[in-house]
Amino acid sequence: MKESYQNSENNSTKDMKQVIHRKLGLKKLFLGLFFISALFSFSQEGDATAGKALFNSNCAACHKLDKKMTGPALRNVESRLAEEQGLDREWLYAWVKNSSAVIKSGDAYGNKIYAEYNKSAMTAFPQLSNADIDNILAYTAAEAPKKSEATVTPTQSGASNNTSGGVSNTILLLALVVLFGLLAAGLFMVNKTLRRFADEKGIVIEEKEKGKSLWKAFVQNQFLILVTAIFFLLASGYFVYGYLMQVGVDQGYQPVQPIHFSHKIHAGDNKIDCKYCHSSARVSKTSGIPSLNVCMNCHKSISEYNGETTAEYNKDFYDKQIEELYKAVGWDDANQAYTGVTKPVEWVRIHNLPDFAYFNHSQHVSVAGVECQTCHGPVQDMEIVEQFAPLTMGWCINCHRDTGLKIKGNDYYKKIHDQLTAKYGDLNKITVAQMGGLECGKCHY
Amino acid sequence: MSSNKKYWKSVGELDQSNSEALETLKQKEFVEEIPVDEFLGNDDTMESSSTTRRDFLKYVGFSTAAATLAACEGPVVKSIPYVVKPQEIVPGVANYYATTIANGFDFASVLVKTREGRPIKIENNDLANSGANARVNASVLDLYDNLRLKAPKKDGKTITWDAFDAAIKAELNKYKTAADGTLSSKAIVLLTQTFASPSTNKLIAEFKATYGNVRHVVYDAVSQSAALDAYQQMYGERALANYDFSKADTIVSVGADFLGDWQGGGFDSGYAKGRVPKKGKMSRHIQFESNMTLSGANADKRVPLTPTQQKIALAKIYAKVMGTSVGGQLPANVDKAVNATVAEIIKAGSKAVVVSGIQDVDAQLLVLAINTKISSKAFDVTSPIKTRQGNDAAVAELITDMKAGKVGALIMSGVNPMYTLANNADFKAGLEKTVSVSFSMKDDETASISNYVAAAPHYLESWGDVELTKGNYGLMQPAIRPLFDTRQFQDALLLWNDNSTSYHDYIKSNWKTNILATASWGTALHDGVYNTRPFASVAIIDEDVLAAQSAIANAAASKLSKASVEGMELSLYTKTGMGDGQQANNPWLQEFPDPLTRTTWDNYLTVSAADAEALGLENYNVADGGLNGNYVNLTVNGTTLKNVPALIQPGQAKGSVGLSFGYGRKLGLKTEMQTGVNAYTLYNNFKDVQAVKIEKTNGVHEFACIQLQNTLMGRGDIIRETTLEVFNTKDKEYWNPIPKVSLNHQETPVTSPDVDLWESFDRSVGHHFNLSIDLNACTGCGACVVACHAENNVPVVGKEEMRKSRDMHWLRIDRYYSSEETFAGDDHKKESMSGLWGDKGSLGGFGEMENPSENPQVAFQPIMCQHCNHAPCETVCPVAATSHGRQGQNHMAYNRCVGTRYCANNCPYKVRRFNWFLYAENDEFDFHMNDDLGRMVINPDVTVRSRGVMEKCSMCIQMTQKTILDAKRDGKVVEPNAFKTACSAACSSGAMTFGDVNDNKNDIAALKDDNRAYHLLESVGTKPNVVYQVKVRNTTES
Repeated sequence: MKESYQNSENNSTKDMKQVIHRKLGLKKLFLGLFFISALFSFSQEGDATAGKALFNSNCAACHKLDKKMTGPALRNVESRLAEEQGLDREWLYAWVKNSSAVIKSGDAYGNKIYAEYNKSAMTAFPQLSNADIDNILAYTAAEAPKKSEATVTPTQSGASNNTSGGVSNTILLLALVVLFGLLAAGLFMVNKTLRRFADEKGIVIEEKEKGKSLWKAFVQNQFLILVTAIFFLLASGYFVYGYLMQVGVDQGYQPVQPIHFSHKIHAGDNKIDCKYCHSSARVSKTSGIPSLNVCMNCHKSISEYNGETTAEYNKDFYDKQIEELYKAVGWDDANQAYTGVTKPVEWVRIHNLPDFAYFNHSQHVSVAGVECQTCHGPVQDMEIVEQFAPLTMGWCINCHRDTGLKIKGNDYYKKIHDQLTAKYGDLNKITVAQMGGLECGKCHY
Repeated sequence: MSSNKKYWKSVGELDQSNSEALETLKQKEFVEEIPVDEFLGNDDTMESSSTTRRDFLKYVGFSTAAATLAACEGPVVKSIPYVVKPQEIVPGVANYYATTIANGFDFASVLVKTREGRPIKIENNDLANSGANARVNASVLDLYDNLRLKAPKKDGKTITWDAFDAAIKAELNKYKTAADGTLSSKAIVLLTQTFASPSTNKLIAEFKATYGNVRHVVYDAVSQSAALDAYQQMYGERALANYDFSKADTIVSVGADFLGDWQGGGFDSGYAKGRVPKKGKMSRHIQFESNMTLSGANADKRVPLTPTQQKIALAKIYAKVMGTSVGGQLPANVDKAVNATVAEIIKAGSKAVVVSGIQDVDAQLLVLAINTKISSKAFDVTSPIKTRQGNDAAVAELITDMKAGKVGALIMSGVNPMYTLANNADFKAGLEKTVSVSFSMKDDETASISNYVAAAPHYLESWGDVELTKGNYGLMQPAIRPLFDTRQFQDALLLWNDNSTSYHDYIKSNWKTNILATASWGTALHDGVYNTRPFASVAIIDEDVLAAQSAIANAAASKLSKASVEGMELSLYTKTGMGDGQQANNPWLQEFPDPLTRTTWDNYLTVSAADAEALGLENYNVADGGLNGNYVNLTVNGTTLKNVPALIQPGQAKGSVGLSFGYGRKLGLKTEMQTGVNAYTLYNNFKDVQAVKIEKTNGVHEFACIQLQNTLMGRGDIIRETTLEVFNTKDKEYWNPIPKVSLNHQETPVTSPDVDLWESFDRSVGHHFNLSIDLNACTGCGACVVACHAENNVPVVGKEEMRKSRDMHWLRIDRYYSSEETFAGDDHKKESMSGLWGDKGSLGGFGEMENPSENPQVAFQPIMCQHCNHAPCETVCPVAATSHGRQGQNHMAYNRCVGTRYCANNCPYKVRRFNWFLYAENDEFDFHMNDDLGRMVINPDVTVRSRGVMEKCSMCIQMTQKTILDAKRDGKVVEPNAFKTACSAACSSGAMTFGDVNDNKNDIAALKDDNRAYHLLESVGTKPNVVYQVKVRNTTES
């Protein structure tokens, strides 16, 4: 059970890596082409690629290219300022390096912007050289990418992914069919040849005398009937038991959530640690569904989705989900302010342990160091989360029987471990079960 | 020969007069026409209907199938996270806040356990001087009372606070001092509970300054006015002398139930400290009393005498200690006891202390004088108790003034005079002449007839401060946002004073300027207590003052010694479970068995066996075991209280009867909680002793008494006892022997592995839990019982079920009376029985032993699951639902239990409880678990049991696991004495000690092997993990 699971996990991570790799390759190519064209169309100095890196590390927390955020949208900021305000690049240098000095100097446009954005001055960036700023400006001067191009890429990669797995299997099967066909033909031929030899030599092959039909013999043999009856009873008992054991087991439960939250994007593509959001898993018995203020730590500045999409889950779809979040938490994205009107999200709970079973996340996560995926499956690949494990008592117990305690570095276990080694000699592994992890009262009270 | 039998269909056929009607009946089965035609007769509609019979059946079949299929799906569970999570809350982790209860009757600094913002349990604050009693433990459930007032009201109609404020302000301004300085002719009166709050006092002073003609009357429902008056006369301050019984070697109490609610209670932890024999010494306690109280039950010597005799006895004690003499007659045996007591007081000198609960200024003066004279180390007047401030005279004057129309507005807070006043008719007449405002949590007797009712918050929703004893403070802070639209009295006062600060800020600034000096507010709030004055025994007062005092006291003594009374005397008292009755809607407290009578859901007249016989009163058990009794009518001073059930109380002084306050309420209570009779109607002039006329009436009362066996029947093995002398001089083998069994005709101790059927597991590695219960320190207060209720979601079953012995208490405190004078006498009587008949015959002998003595010895024994290492219950469970853990706990898997009850039958301790019904969300059991609000108190770490499963004490496995899991998570070794159970944590007397015996740093490791340690029914060989400590009595007569 456990081994098979581990295999699947390994496979899945491999797959994931491949996909990402492919995607990156395509993106680079795409971007490269784009920038070459950009360089031709604008004869300005500055390296847009370096500019993008600088923009992302310094500016992206407050600025977007096409959308107002904490600060104004920056697409074509230089040409816009030059045309509308008559401000040159020197003004921009001064502004970026120390905006408050510009404001203090009484600069008209500087003060106007300052007032427009809630009188919060832009952070000073004295560490940026003029060349750096040139690079950033080059990046902001790049043309907005066309939407149609963006959606095509992932579908292609998806299609190629599907075919690669299918071909080898079919070939194998076909080869097998051919092989078996040849074998059957061979046998038939051999049989035929032998008969011909027998005919030629005049050997008479004894025909079996036609006795009672097999069916009648079976019906008359009471012992056989008894055995068959017992067999059927046992078999049906087995299946009935199997069916009844499924009652209340919700493995694979995949409800529709009020907001389509994609763990694949968060935990998979962006590699956010599970415990960043489910922080109480470290200290509490519940892992906790993150409160909406945790979402807003990032989503204050991420108001639209720019990652990989599919036909079903396209950019519009994801953007709508972010809007739903804003609605729930009461965030007015246009004005970058909380409205105070909240609408708590009613998530559908997927993992439901019955009330009489006690489960403590912190013991598994912090004490034992169990990966979240061990019980919750490859959540980082799940577009819609489903219940991965059966969550039955047998499933819990099997793991408790096999898993060794993580004794190292934990003073609590040290004492007990010393006592046990003093008594039984060196023990290389103490399982949870040996520490009393199978006792009823450890989980039922 | 054939017979012509005629069969009658009914007697009506005999009557031939209505034969016609009968004939039609014969022909037709149904008398009235069945209206088939209405829906079948109309051919048009039938034909035009497109639904054929077959279709109809198809639809029925389909919908049934669909419904069945739909029902197969599991329910959808919603999880709603916070929008913005408060930083201090981690779901699944409890937070604790220190606060102080001050409801006018109970004052205590406590910790509140909250889960996800809900207070779910009250625990002791170790920094505080005293612990939480049963009522304080139960007070958390009052917060979730569905019958609380949810918004302010005017004349019974809900209004807004704005409207309320405007109306009250207008009323108050009518009586405000005029601009020219003339006082209003009518006064504004604040009638409040004892707040003992420095900030509230300051606020009230400001209120007086604002409005001029303002009077503040403090009213305690159960008055301590006499003691306050006496103290004021002696020391010039309205307070009560403080006592620390741990510092006394000889404790003499004349009618003071100091282990109960005397002077506000809270003395049991000090008392218990002195009761545990250390170095061969323990305190000696002599009790003179009429009702059997907790103090009397714990006393080494108990002298029953009527309240009047108590006064004379106290006067005599005073006189003899002072070396003078007074008159007054006492029965010879009492006189002898008084003389012996005085000798002991004089011998102990400053290590003696005398207390009295007689509500008489003279008696209280004598007590103060005696303790001053002997300069008792246990007596403190430098930090006196401030939690009782009521003034009977002021209340009486107020009622007169109200009736005379001198009161313009009456503002009440925390009081319910319509229920607690004997002369409530006068009060009502007065109330009609004033504008009345009542701050109340309930639509109670007073609130329901007040003009304005302000919905008041629970103390867990309020800010406040309390001066518990002089110089020692407690802070009250909210543990939850107000559940309803409520406002506390102090916030209203601030508003009326035109002060815009909140009460929180007001307290903070008042503390910073007047109380804290250099100390930090944050620390004080975190600790919940702020102590500036340690307990200090009495300072030597100079000779002149002493002389003046003794002159007053001498006069008092001679007055007291002349006390006399005609007929029976009624002593009104407060029950451990109900107090003054303000928590009457609390099902935990209603179902809490009285420590002495073990009766629930009731109050009753306690009568001595001799008086009961004279009055023709009986108590008897009926077939189902239930206890029945007669009713009596009580007449005091012309007022008759009808149909009071009478309960025969061993130890009740002849010529006296007792009745508890707190019952008989009707308003603001669920129907089930409206139990008992109202004793306040007999509380004339705030005197808790009244001359009473008793007459038996018709009818039989059904008690819900959960302990029907009253005596130990000479089975001294169950509660082992010895005297201090034997304890000090003899070997353990003499007074605490290990039972022996025969092995190859050799006496072998039952604890020896040779005689054991079972092989024992190795329990030396890891944790192994034991619980020690010291029978010397246990006062029987019952705080543990309620704490267990709260921690383990124990259901309330109601009076009917309690009567059927279907109580669900995981922890009970058994109370036993001796049948002879002492338990040792019982043992002796049983030992000396021989044969079946005759003087020493066992048939008659055991019959006699079922009856408690007139003045019995009393013993308490808390019993919960003993967690036997060789548990009889585990071996008989057919489904292995109960099994043993390596840590010593006997586990109970509810989901596995099928309810055969074999385990309960095989348990020698009778500690298993069966869920006969579903007690949660069931209208038949309309207690707190039946409404959404009441269920908020449920501990989320413990399963709520369903119908048909067995349950029992788990040794709070959720708490031991929590300690272990936290240690693992933090990678630390468990701290010494870190393990607790709900009962051991609630036990302020230190009787219960819990811990891991495998760690020598824990107290329990030594207690387990103490000389006094024994196991219950050790001879059975169950090897329990609960260990009892032999009760040692400081008596000479064994």
